[in-house]
Amino acid sequence: MRLTVNGNVIESDAATVQALVQTITEARRGVAVAVNGEVVPRSTWGLTALADGDAVEVLTAAQGG
Amino acid sequence: MDFLDKSRLILGTGGANSLAALEEAIVASGTALVTVALRRVDAAGPGLLPMLDRLGVPVLPNTAGCYTAGDAVKTAHLARDAFETDLVKLEVIGDERTLLPDGVELLRAAETLVGDGFRVLPYTSDDPILARRLADVGCVAVMPAGSPIGSGLGISNPHHIRLIRQSVDVPVVLDAGIGTASDAALAMELGCDAVLIASAITRASAPAEMASAMRHAVVAGRLAFTAGRIPRRFHAVASTSDLGIAQW
Repeated sequence: MRLTVNGNVIESDAATVQALVQTITEARRGVAVAVNGEVVPRSTWGLTALADGDAVEVLTAAQGG
Repeated sequence: MDFLDKSRLILGTGGANSLAALEEAIVASGTALVTVALRRVDAAGPGLLPMLDRLGVPVLPNTAGCYTAGDAVKTAHLARDAFETDLVKLEVIGDERTLLPDGVELLRAAETLVGDGFRVLPYTSDDPILARRLADVGCVAVMPAGSPIGSGLGISNPHHIRLIRQSVDVPVVLDAGIGTASDAALAMELGCDAVLIASAITRASAPAEMASAMRHAVVAGRLAFTAGRIPRRFHAVASTSDLGIAQW
């Protein structure tokens, strides 16, 4: 299926948010995810299915005041 | 607030040239709380959180880059999920040139986030009335700007900072505008409970040295405030008594 991840259109077979995050970053702490503008709490990543056309933001800590 | 027990200097991590320079500055500053932003993983790069973990310094996530209450609320929720803290430095910016807060959106976002269980530290303007409104909706501190972010112009309106200190019962953190150590000392002498400094340290020629200068300035300013300064007088008051003076 086709996903937009952090602004880039990719082909992915990640069935869940959890599976997608594992392909994006090795970090297990300090990561947050929104799908189609809605926050997906970490506790539900493994249960949250992704669908063709979803827009996913995978975010972490950056330097900032 | 508990984090003010260890240090009255909150360090903003934006603007550092490298993680190594930032680490040196954090250590030299003696800070017990540092801000972080939330950005896409590909842009953020690795290493910041592991370094902060190693130093044992907790994070204060910010909502930098948000221009509406809705965006700021969403960012705060993402930050809470990522960093497992209910603290948030709430920024809702009003315009790109000044980076000053949008008070209307800020108050709206603050009220929502307090209701959602956050401990909200809003970056606000030096308006005593807005500061009071923010405290009234349950913010755990207020953080007035001394002058625009990154400007290094110091405290434009010291009287308003003093008024804010008298207007609210929560800690006042002078945020934004500090350029050098005397600005930080002045903030503390005006009665602020802490200062938040980023650019003045991270963009100094020698960040770790400036961090040390700020650390001392904050301690000195706080002590000067609690010690009770002498009143200003128009004319001199001799410090040496005339009692026992020789007669010729």
